[in-house]
Amino acid sequence: MQALYAQLLVGLINGSFYALLSLGLAVIFGMLNIINFAHGALYMMGAFCAYFLLNLAGIGYWPALIIAPIAVGIFGMILERTMLQWLAGLDHLYGLLLTFGIALIVQGVFQNYFGSSGLPYAIPDYPKIGGFNGLQGGMNLGFMFLPIYRGWVVVFSLIVCIATWYLIEKTRLGANLRAATENPTLVRAFGINVPRMITLTYGLGVGLAALAGVLSAPINQVRPLMGADLIIVVFAVVVIGGMGSIMGSIITGFALGVIEGLTKYFYPEASNTVVFVLMVLVLLVKPTGLTGRAA
Amino acid sequence: MSALTDDTLPVTPQSIRDEMIVFAVMAALLAIVPLTGIYPFFVMQALCFALLACAFNLLIGYGGLLSFGHAMFLGTAGYFTAHALKVWGLSPELGILVGTVGAAALGVITGVVAIRRQGIYFSMITLALSQLLYFIYLQTPFTHGEDGIQGIPQGYLFGLFNLANSTVLYYVILVGFLGGFLLIYRTINSPFGEVLKAIRENEPRAISLGYKTDQYKLLAYILSGTIAGFAGSLKVFVAQNASLTDVHWTMSGEIVLMTLVGGLGTVFGPVVGAFVIIAMQQYLAGFGQWVTVIQGVIFVACVLTFRRGVIGEIAHYFRRSL
Repeated sequence: MQALYAQLLVGLINGSFYALLSLGLAVIFGMLNIINFAHGALYMMGAFCAYFLLNLAGIGYWPALIIAPIAVGIFGMILERTMLQWLAGLDHLYGLLLTFGIALIVQGVFQNYFGSSGLPYAIPDYPKIGGFNGLQGGMNLGFMFLPIYRGWVVVFSLIVCIATWYLIEKTRLGANLRAATENPTLVRAFGINVPRMITLTYGLGVGLAALAGVLSAPINQVRPLMGADLIIVVFAVVVIGGMGSIMGSIITGFALGVIEGLTKYFYPEASNTVVFVLMVLVLLVKPTGLTGRAA
Repeated sequence: MSALTDDTLPVTPQSIRDEMIVFAVMAALLAIVPLTGIYPFFVMQALCFALLACAFNLLIGYGGLLSFGHAMFLGTAGYFTAHALKVWGLSPELGILVGTVGAAALGVITGVVAIRRQGIYFSMITLALSQLLYFIYLQTPFTHGEDGIQGIPQGYLFGLFNLANSTVLYYVILVGFLGGFLLIYRTINSPFGEVLKAIRENEPRAISLGYKTDQYKLLAYILSGTIAGFAGSLKVFVAQNASLTDVHWTMSGEIVLMTLVGGLGTVFGPVVGAFVIIAMQQYLAGFGQWVTVIQGVIFVACVLTFRRGVIGEIAHYFRRSL
């Protein structure tokens, strides 16, 4: 049973990354009509940003959790201003091709300087409260041993996902955003700066990817290609869930992570492929995705 | 909205004459390559990729479907042909048949799934399907995992042509390429091709005219996959190996890049694009990972400033269809 719970936890962690990344993809797609192929590369940049902050500036995990998403988010906004914005009005596929090119450039540059092997990033050992040594160590829950850092990743990701959902679905800013998705011209007529909103939305989506990168740095080592294969799985997650709803992306992300974890326990040979197989099944039964509307 | 292939001109007797002249020039130039002292291995490899890019272009240029998983046909046909030649000891023509039929079967299976969505989703689905296949090939024993199938015997085609002789092999590959190219050319100028273009331009209208658009798209997808597989089978004789790189998503990206550079939806663009990209890889091989960066830069530059591609720009300048 211990092994089953451990795999479930791994599944929940992968699910957190799927949720954060597919959430960002859905937000970006809603506003820019672009599928951001560079999402995996930007996730990797988030992890590297945390690594640089620690090793070059001595800035630890907690500040990096805030600084890295902002820094990578700004990088994303520069990409949007200098390149992506010129694709408005063109076929959606050009966005895919352009961001694929950006992903190749970013991953290629990092591979040149850091090769393909992983760089270590330690779990933070501060603040020391009571018996806790930062997020290091673990707790015995009776039925399983829970490494604290892993529990933290799941809980924190869930909070961030729900906060993003709240921001978009329940606040005035989010209402403007959703209105601009439906009819940008009309929203501009109300005096809202839609181009700036688009840039900020891209920054937000990219920031979520970078945050996932920082969270994953102590678990999966920091590697230039850490996002390259992940993004393809996230694409499958997006196809399964559909990009119509924010909450749909979050739930699908976590659910698929758990299913993957269960597969690792019951039939490990299929753990790499289970998400893709599920995608095929969903397409055969409900082509629009579980929460998606007809395209 | 501006589509990917806005500049495609209607088929006229003049455009067909132009294209036939260019085809004759291309065939003649390629036929004299062994006499010029150019490294034949390079040209053979480029020809295989050119046919692959043409097959990909059939789908995007005339069907409006951007497949981000075409490497799966290349790799599948490669593995099947390699296995048939090396383990079963079949003759080259039967080996090519096994690979091409394998790719066609893969086209039927993946096509039924992939054509259920259009546009951006179609690209993501084909990418995910090819990744699924990558993991399957990584784990099944007959592909020999990371090592791939190596040292494949070339043999005698139809018992007559010694494929170990590089000049003979060159002409066999050339004939295969030209045959595949003409098949694609015939397809896009057939009534079937016209319906495909109609679906690309306005699918609801094509449906209202009574066309079963899903069947047309599926057929185009299977045809594209089969020809891509044929190119993959030919490539086995050139490279004498079949490995995981041929199924990886980076390979799918390269196929897209070749077609984009040459010109999406142009007849000769994919051929030019394939030669440009293969030549670039050849000359920049010493730069290691910078090749990836350069490919990325070409992607970005093409999308931002050069969307018609080399042949597309030339055709646009002369107001001709090429």
